[in-house]
Amino acid sequence: MTIDTASAERAVAPAARAIEVVGGDLTEKSLRRYLEGIPGVDAVGLETRASALGTRSIKTTSKAWALDRIIELIDLTTLEGSDTPGKVRSLVAKALVPDAADPSTPRVAAVCVYGDMVPYAVEALGSAHAAGSHTGIQVAAVATAFPSGRASLAVKLADTKDAVAAGADEIDMVIDRGAFLSGRYGEVFDEIVAVKAACERDNGTFAHLKVILETGELNTYDNVRRASWLAILAGGDFIKTSTGKVSPAATLPTTLSMLEVVRDWHRLTGEKIGVKPAGGIRSSKDAIKHLVTVAETVGEDWLTPELFRFGASSLLNDVLLQRQKLRTGAYSGPAYVTVD
Amino acid sequence: MSRLTIPKTYKLYIGGKFPRSESGRVYEVATRGGDFLANAAKASRKDARDAVVAARSAVSGWAGTSGYNRGQVLYRIAELLEGRSAQFVAEIMRVEGASESAAVAQVDKAIDRWVWYAGWSDKYAQVTGSSNPVAGPYFNLSVPEPTGVVAIVAPQGEGSLLGFVGAVAPALVAGNTVIVLASERYPLSAISLSEVLATSDVPGGVVNILTGSPAEITPWLASHADVNALDLVGAGALEWVDLQIAAAETLKRVLPPEEGPDAAAPSLDRIAAFTETKTVWHTKGLL
Amino acid sequence: MTFLNYAPAPESTAILDLRPSYGLFIDGAFVDGHGAPLTTISPATEKPIAEIATADAHDVDLAVAAARRAYDTTWSRMSGADRGKYLFRIARLVQERARELAVAESLDNGKPIKETRDVDVPLVAAWFFYYAGWADKLDYAGLGPSPRSLGVAAQVIPWNFPLLMLAWKIAPALAAGNTVVLKSAESTPLTALLFAEILQQAELPDGVVNILSGAGDTGSLLVNHDDVDKVAFTGSTKVGREIARSTAGTGKKLTLELGGKGANIVFDDAPIDQAIEGIVTGIFFNQGQVCCAGSRLLVQENVHDEVVERLKERLRTLRVGDPLDKNTDVGAINSAAQLKRITELSAVGEDEGADRWSPECALPDAGFWFAPTIFTNVSTSHRIARDEIFGPVLSVLTFRTPDEAITKANNSPYGLSAGIWTDKGSRILAVADKLRAGVVWANTFNRFDPASPFGGYKESGYGREGGRHGLAAYLAPSRADATVRSTVPAVARTQAEPMAAPEPVVETTNEDTK
Repeated sequence: MTIDTASAERAVAPAARAIEVVGGDLTEKSLRRYLEGIPGVDAVGLETRASALGTRSIKTTSKAWALDRIIELIDLTTLEGSDTPGKVRSLVAKALVPDAADPSTPRVAAVCVYGDMVPYAVEALGSAHAAGSHTGIQVAAVATAFPSGRASLAVKLADTKDAVAAGADEIDMVIDRGAFLSGRYGEVFDEIVAVKAACERDNGTFAHLKVILETGELNTYDNVRRASWLAILAGGDFIKTSTGKVSPAATLPTTLSMLEVVRDWHRLTGEKIGVKPAGGIRSSKDAIKHLVTVAETVGEDWLTPELFRFGASSLLNDVLLQRQKLRTGAYSGPAYVTVD
Repeated sequence: MSRLTIPKTYKLYIGGKFPRSESGRVYEVATRGGDFLANAAKASRKDARDAVVAARSAVSGWAGTSGYNRGQVLYRIAELLEGRSAQFVAEIMRVEGASESAAVAQVDKAIDRWVWYAGWSDKYAQVTGSSNPVAGPYFNLSVPEPTGVVAIVAPQGEGSLLGFVGAVAPALVAGNTVIVLASERYPLSAISLSEVLATSDVPGGVVNILTGSPAEITPWLASHADVNALDLVGAGALEWVDLQIAAAETLKRVLPPEEGPDAAAPSLDRIAAFTETKTVWHTKGLL
Repeated sequence: MTFLNYAPAPESTAILDLRPSYGLFIDGAFVDGHGAPLTTISPATEKPIAEIATADAHDVDLAVAAARRAYDTTWSRMSGADRGKYLFRIARLVQERARELAVAESLDNGKPIKETRDVDVPLVAAWFFYYAGWADKLDYAGLGPSPRSLGVAAQVIPWNFPLLMLAWKIAPALAAGNTVVLKSAESTPLTALLFAEILQQAELPDGVVNILSGAGDTGSLLVNHDDVDKVAFTGSTKVGREIARSTAGTGKKLTLELGGKGANIVFDDAPIDQAIEGIVTGIFFNQGQVCCAGSRLLVQENVHDEVVERLKERLRTLRVGDPLDKNTDVGAINSAAQLKRITELSAVGEDEGADRWSPECALPDAGFWFAPTIFTNVSTSHRIARDEIFGPVLSVLTFRTPDEAITKANNSPYGLSAGIWTDKGSRILAVADKLRAGVVWANTFNRFDPASPFGGYKESGYGREGGRHGLAAYLAPSRADATVRSTVPAVARTQAEPMAAPEPVVETTNEDTK
């Protein structure tokens, strides 16, 4: 792909982080240069490290803590074309009381729905809705022509604004993978900046912005790493692996790679960015591997809902089964957790 | 009336030059019948030391040439030797007392030996190296590389040219540099060969030839820390076990003495003996 | 609570059914030894594990005689296919008893169960599988048709990878048709004896493998025994040198895997996170008690500070402690003697002016422990940059250009291993070409595979283990071919023939003879 000089010199949105880190007048070219200067990733080494982290053995008290924490980190998700207000209400009920048999079970971090479902989620949550605070359950909405992201910027921004206006606390946007893969980093960047602006509420506060990279489509770890930097530079509060609609979705090496970027950003600026693996994490075992990876890569400070989330739907029930096993000492079965 | 001949001064060959022994010593080389033939230089331990320095400094250049290039350089030796075969035949007849046909046969064999080994230079790695199917995402290759500086005690008996070539050529094929102790009794072929080498394309220092007493000099080479390997093919009459023991101090690779007409016979093993297998692992990742 | 302080996850030792005492394994049976018995202890706790019989000269004679008998009557006559089947059986039995072997190894050696479970024992099985398949394909070993075995192999192994080194030695020896007398290391005799039980379960013919315990003197008796044909040793360069001396002139074929001071070279364009992992694997795998450890880190000067900072951060997450805990990254040092050496050399490093750093980590009171340690500000002339420490101690040096990196890497009497970290493929290949080391890892470190030849240049030894090369180390050309380069002990030929009447030099050998 050749970039003509005019477009290379094109200024990109003056996002504060990028100005501070990349410096100077931000242009397509300076952004590209910065991203291309990031050290590469050796896939074999990354995967070896991830699989080594996956062999940690988390037992007894650590496991009990981990299971509860996993629940507290879940964005309980339904993202189907067939979603209905009833389905969303049922999801919210599960979010509020994950295990009716055990009131000590913590609540999930958020429910994650399509933008048009936000009003039903907000309504169903009632006083349990976080509504901009750190307590209570957040409502996250996917936006920007999720999952493909193939729509005009105007549509994407309208999508975002609608969801925020309806009470979404968090926006899970998708990046334009086509633009990224064809090297138009500035375009991806500008779009994130614009969506971030669209997250502003009337009172001047912002809905949290999670930037979905759709790592399965970016394909290489080098791309994942660059896209992670790009999303952070453009103002993302969270970087998120996947929509869940593309395979592979969240894999441990991908999450590890993104955590490394977050760690490096923190080293560079002192600022903490969140990470959300989404899609494909179905078992407690997988989720615990992620917790280990977070703790040993960025530190356990990150194991809070403000900085780490699981985007998942079936994970919760598996964690509940494991919790029941820990509590009773006997293995549980699917009939003893609710289907929603 | 015959013309009065001009006898040659037989010198050492070190670093591409022809020095006399720094010790100033010479020893008599006689014909088979016992008549005086020449005063050959009698190398000292300091000459051996200088030869090691020359050989060491030539390693990276010689080892760094392509196999194709080394093959041509070695083949060039054969070409030059062919052109001067009469001189070698005459010397072998006088020194070894060989018949003309035997001397011719020896020189021909020696020339053919260079050609045979020359052809190996860009092939032995394919035969002795390997691609290793490891269980993991790695590209894994083993390749032979030259051991470095090799000290050789050339075969000491008749067949002095062929024995010399048979010992030296395989070490050169892989890119080693050598210090050779020529046959003490029959050194003329080796010295004349040094003149061929000097006018060939073999870089100075790649082959260094010492004449004199192997019994005196070899221990210095066997214990020299900057010598990587020791070929005792012609050391059968020396206290060669002691030499091998001395070589153990720096873990030199050692080939034992061989006797008879088969000594230093042509073989891929002789090439491989002075190579080191290097295995390289590379990660293979698509993502 | 802190999550990172993971609750203990100890591997159960219930799987082990150890006897209070073990004899020598000679001629298919456990027999009494006549040396002073030794008590093997757990280096993590200093608690005794079992009493182990050791071999004296008489026992060595018995073992060699048993191996000779088995060679003459059974093993050298058996078809390659059948030898292979025994090796396959052994491989399967190792897999079946993998957990037990891993626990025993961690207990006796002090290395983390994570390593014995995921590296040592799986590789042991892989080694037997690999060489099992070679047993009936010796014609392709590179020695021409119908190569022959050597006879009785004397094998002496170290304490750092007890069972794995046993596999590296025994598998190719048996595949090639040799019989074996193996001596385990004084401080780690346990798994070799469990392996002897596996041989019994495999119904390997008596005497094909004999296993002796004992110290260096037993090893010396074994390698210098008149009736052994092959000596394979892995251990220190000092002992390797002694063996090279004592076997000189005997015609015993020799393989030596000795010390190293591996250079791990990190260029400024390296995939940095993987390089950090590679540095950690390079020097802290097995507590750095690895001959091919990347104990000299050569970092390009312009990224030195960043690499060291990241490395220190990473070391803070290493868990040092109980080898049997599944989350332990760094276990115990194998012996008091080794701990003393590491401690002394590290003190020398400080005295020489290098900067010493270790992460905060609580070390157990009992047992032999040494915290992961980094020395920065190290010069090439420092002893910690030259001597093999054989412990979790990394010396960090810098370089400016690829040439300087290569020169510094090669500036060692050793030449076993090296690492290269860069994203530039052409540089990897060029640097790999110039490193004088038997194993070069590019963007990885400390990987092993039975198909991959391993061994050193220079004072790191000679011969290769693994792959076709490792098989060839236990073979000789067929008798018919043997005239080309005789393997008959050359002592017999030390007397030069008196000068015969001049004869034409006639060569009957074809020029393309192997």
